[in-house]
Amino acid sequence: MRAFEYVSPNSRAQAVSLLGAAWGNTEILAGGTDLLALMKDDVITPKRLVNIKEIKDLHGVSSSAQGLRIGALTTLGDLADYADVRAHYPALAEAVMEVASPQIRNMATIGGNLCQRPRCWYFRNGLGLLPKDESGKELVADGENRYHAILGNEGPAKFVSPSTIVPILIAYGSKIRLEGPRGKRELPLEKFFVIPKTESDREHDLRPNEIVTEVVIPPVPDVKAAHYEIRQKEAFDWPLAVAAVALKMNGSNARSARVVMGYVAPVPWASAEAEQALTGQPVNEATGQRAAEAALKNAKPLNHNAYKVQLARVAVKRAILRAASGGAA
Amino acid sequence: MTDYAWPDAEHRTLIGKRITRVDSPVKVSGQAKYTYDVHRPGMLYGKVLRCPYAHAKVVSIDTSAAEKMPGVKAVHIVQGPGANIHWAGDDIVAVAAVDEPTAEDAIRAVKVTYQQLPYLVSDAEPPQGAAQEQGPLSMDDIDDMLDNQVPSQQMVSQIQQYGITAKPTEEILKMLKSDGATDAVLDAIRAATVHPGAGTQTKSNYQKAAAQTLGDPDKGFADAEVVSEGVYGIPVITHCCLESHGSISEWTDQDHLFTHISTQNVSGIPGQMAEPLKIPATNIRVHQDHIGGGFGSKFSPDRWGIYTAELSRKAGGKPIRIMLERDSELKVAGARPSAYARVKVGAKKDGTIVAWQSDSWGTGGPGGGGMPPIPYVFTIPNQRKQHTAIRNNIGPARAWRAPNHPQAAVITMCALDDLAAKLNMDPVEFFGKNLDITKPRQDIYREELAIASDLMGWKQKWHPGGQSQSGGMARGVGVSFHTWGGRGHSSDCDLTIHPDGSVDLKLGSQDLGTGTRTCILMVAADTLGIPLDAINLQIGDTNYPPSGGSGGSTTIGGVSSSTRRAAVDARDALFAKVAPALNAQPDQLECVNGTVRIKGDSSKSLSWKEACSKLGAMPLTVRGKNPDRSKPPDLTNSGVGGVQMAEVEVDTETGIVKVKKMVAVQDCGLVVNLKTAESQCYGALIMGISYALFEEKVMDPGTGRMLNADMQFYRLAGLNDIPELVVHMMTGKGYDERGVIGLGEPPVISPGAAISNAVANAIGVRVPFLPLTPDRVLAALGQKAGA
Ligand SMILES: Cc1cc2nc3c(=O)[nH]c(=O)nc-3n(C[C@H](O)[C@H](O)[C@H](O)COP(=O)(O)OP(=O)(O)OC[C@H]3O[C@@H](n4cnc5c(N)ncnc54)[C@H](O)[C@@H]3O)c2cc1C
Repeated sequence: MRAFEYVSPNSRAQAVSLLGAAWGNTEILAGGTDLLALMKDDVITPKRLVNIKEIKDLHGVSSSAQGLRIGALTTLGDLADYADVRAHYPALAEAVMEVASPQIRNMATIGGNLCQRPRCWYFRNGLGLLPKDESGKELVADGENRYHAILGNEGPAKFVSPSTIVPILIAYGSKIRLEGPRGKRELPLEKFFVIPKTESDREHDLRPNEIVTEVVIPPVPDVKAAHYEIRQKEAFDWPLAVAAVALKMNGSNARSARVVMGYVAPVPWASAEAEQALTGQPVNEATGQRAAEAALKNAKPLNHNAYKVQLARVAVKRAILRAASGGAA
Repeated sequence: MTDYAWPDAEHRTLIGKRITRVDSPVKVSGQAKYTYDVHRPGMLYGKVLRCPYAHAKVVSIDTSAAEKMPGVKAVHIVQGPGANIHWAGDDIVAVAAVDEPTAEDAIRAVKVTYQQLPYLVSDAEPPQGAAQEQGPLSMDDIDDMLDNQVPSQQMVSQIQQYGITAKPTEEILKMLKSDGATDAVLDAIRAATVHPGAGTQTKSNYQKAAAQTLGDPDKGFADAEVVSEGVYGIPVITHCCLESHGSISEWTDQDHLFTHISTQNVSGIPGQMAEPLKIPATNIRVHQDHIGGGFGSKFSPDRWGIYTAELSRKAGGKPIRIMLERDSELKVAGARPSAYARVKVGAKKDGTIVAWQSDSWGTGGPGGGGMPPIPYVFTIPNQRKQHTAIRNNIGPARAWRAPNHPQAAVITMCALDDLAAKLNMDPVEFFGKNLDITKPRQDIYREELAIASDLMGWKQKWHPGGQSQSGGMARGVGVSFHTWGGRGHSSDCDLTIHPDGSVDLKLGSQDLGTGTRTCILMVAADTLGIPLDAINLQIGDTNYPPSGGSGGSTTIGGVSSSTRRAAVDARDALFAKVAPALNAQPDQLECVNGTVRIKGDSSKSLSWKEACSKLGAMPLTVRGKNPDRSKPPDLTNSGVGGVQMAEVEVDTETGIVKVKKMVAVQDCGLVVNLKTAESQCYGALIMGISYALFEEKVMDPGTGRMLNADMQFYRLAGLNDIPELVVHMMTGKGYDERGVIGLGEPPVISPGAAISNAVANAIGVRVPFLPLTPDRVLAALGQKAGA
């Protein structure tokens, strides 16, 4: 790892002022479970790390009539332990518990989880977010793309969005709050993720000197939600497909639905097609299957990842059926 | 005459029992020191600049900026301008500096220009038209093979087979030697037939060997009533030692080197370092307490071990540490060759196998590689087989736990299992019927197959392929057979009994993680009738008598035999000194329970300590050896058999395979320690599940680099992926009297084949290649549905 300067501000304003206005020279350090790996592998080479863990008001979880406010520095381990999370957002608790290992969950923060960089093996080998060889030829389309995107992959970005928690947060209708030199802003969480078009773009709507301060999940008293992951290995591994579903029911029919997939596209992928296929329908094996097919109707697999279309379909169907049968326990 | 034979069961106090490893406390408490943990006073840190290209020529190197950097103590060009580089990650320049960041900065300051050359990183099936080689080898061809780290044995056989184009001068031979040619290779060149010419060895990536036949394959297939055809294979995987390769080297004076190295071959290291460092082997001391995995990849000091010592010399002899980074460990420090085959196999309707045909291919990197021993275990009477080795740029291969056997098991057992399915036969019945052609181990296999079937519950669990499904989950079982040699290697040890009763035992062996320390102590303690902890065992140092490398499952047979002979001789020498005090003849004495006494008479006994005091002032030291024809009988032997079974569950919607249970039934002659023997089998099953389901060295066609050279993308099985494991060791009559035989490798041979067969049984269609990933399982299911 290269030498770097380490600063540890204790207020948001101070932190923001220590961050550079362009990407490259400074990085925010939260739990470090991703950042340090990127630095050791020389994928990023910041000159200064801004440790935000000393900023008190970025920690903690609180509930109110507006829902649940999760400070960006809440660790995944703590998040899954909150009684309010377990009681009112059980599918979130379950998704969090499936991340990595207890050691990682004890260090990893929710802010870092939303901002973690893609797990694309070209990116992690230092070949760029939109990987190219020295002659400028794109590497993924003709390369080893078995884990890459099957949706939203028309442009040069072929990686998949790495968080397994984000789909369920989006399905619940969460918002993200940010703070930077120009003040605070709030976005629907799905808007935070963008598909980069050039190597200098990032995959988040995040400015180099902005901090994610919190995530807010609205109250969901009438929602049945579930999360389903397809993993080859049981632990300490990246899934092959993730689906999160939130249903509002009217008797046994879905009044409305949110269907969000992970690990299928450079951004978390909310499927309007699947949502439409479910709305007004009874929720059962047949409609679940139909919605799953709708969700993947526009998939365009690369030459080695057609199997992911099937996996994503299964994840969507199973998440729907799980949600309908009461969701995560 | 002294009887060195292993005591029979009634007379064994420790041998054959379940004894906990003596080094568990230091290992679990973190006190055990691995080479990686060694930090010497004043130590410098080495880092290595590696070639980013899969095939290139070094054009120029400029190290001047690095040399001027403060804190940089030595710079060493490993492969200079003109060198041909055959894989990404190969070593170019090494530096040593006061700390790791400085060394890394220095590496980044080195300027290298390369001429990039065309490369191949695929091991896909060779094109149909690939011509059969061979012609004689030119000295350039041989030099190329050395560059490519083709194993010495393989070079010798090619030189013998194809001859050479011209008699080399002594000068050229010298040059080859300095490029790493072994004496065996040089001898082969001297003895080779000369076919004058240009050297017709094509530089093609495909080396197609001549077809081999046995019996009459055409007639065999004509006689066959059922023929099954399929394609099977197993990819290149890495050793992925959790402790990476590397060493800490220092010069204790001008021409004496002291090195701590992570190795399976303590006694064998000096001989390999002497020539390149130009000092006598006796001037090199090697030390290692514990090793964090080798699996066949740590027999040599390696190029990096040599330049670590060179850097130290340049830095005035200061200790220098170079342990490979994780990515280099996976890229360059060991890979198991791949093997694939199109197989046709025929049988009579009653299941008798009559004919085999295979066209196989695979790669061991730049060296190509040979055909695995197929058909494996079953000597099918009529065979035709041909192998094409692919020379490519994925990095060199090394022996991987039971070299070539897991490949052979997958190709053979999966092909035969498909034949059983085609015959509508239960594989246990089918294989059982054909055990006659497993000579000489047919009786062992028959016994093991019955035990394995019981332990698995095979009768209840086996259904014809694809017929045990519910709710999209399919269950299946599979079986595989394997064999291995495992004769004990040469081993010397010194056993000293001191007049105060303490006992020292020293040998230059190593504990590869298998429990060697515990087993050595058990043999010595059992023979001397004293507790394990009464013996001070020291291994892992070239100051002790030499013992062979821990490869080929040869360690237990070697060290147990030398220890037994030393302990018997020491005991008898002690008896000679003690006998007068007990008014007895030496041959009337025995040592049991920490006493020396008249046989069967506990009233006439001395405590061990009292007995030893009769030695007088001087300790008694004896040397034990293996082999030692002057001290019969032979205490070790060769040849084991094992049967394994797997049960799996497959999610037919996702293609995800979960192993539910594994059974390993294994023979290894006389078991020294039942507990560590079982542990070898457990470990092998875990490693086997890992390569069956997850492991693969993934090469990028676009850059020629390995893409998954880290622990997040190079998947290893975790705790949750490991199911119920049942191990049964064959012991007692028919096994014990064969002597001690190695066990480290055999149980890792069958898991891939057994699991693949279980998956085929579950889903009713073969998934041709390991690892059995969801994409492959879904593709096989799709083909079945489409068929
Ligand atoms: C073995 C392993 C398995 C894993 N499995 C999973 C999994 O299954 N599912 C999953 O979702 N994740 C998984 N992860 C990823 C893990 O969840 C993330 O590494 C972790 O959440 C990152 O949080 P952190 O606090 O450590 O972030 P850091 O490593 O500190 O930061 C990560 C990135 O986010 C930026 N950042 C951090 N906090 C903020 C902030 N408040 N505002 C702006 N930018 C910020 C940093 O600058 C950096 O770019 C796994 C990780 C490992 C190592």
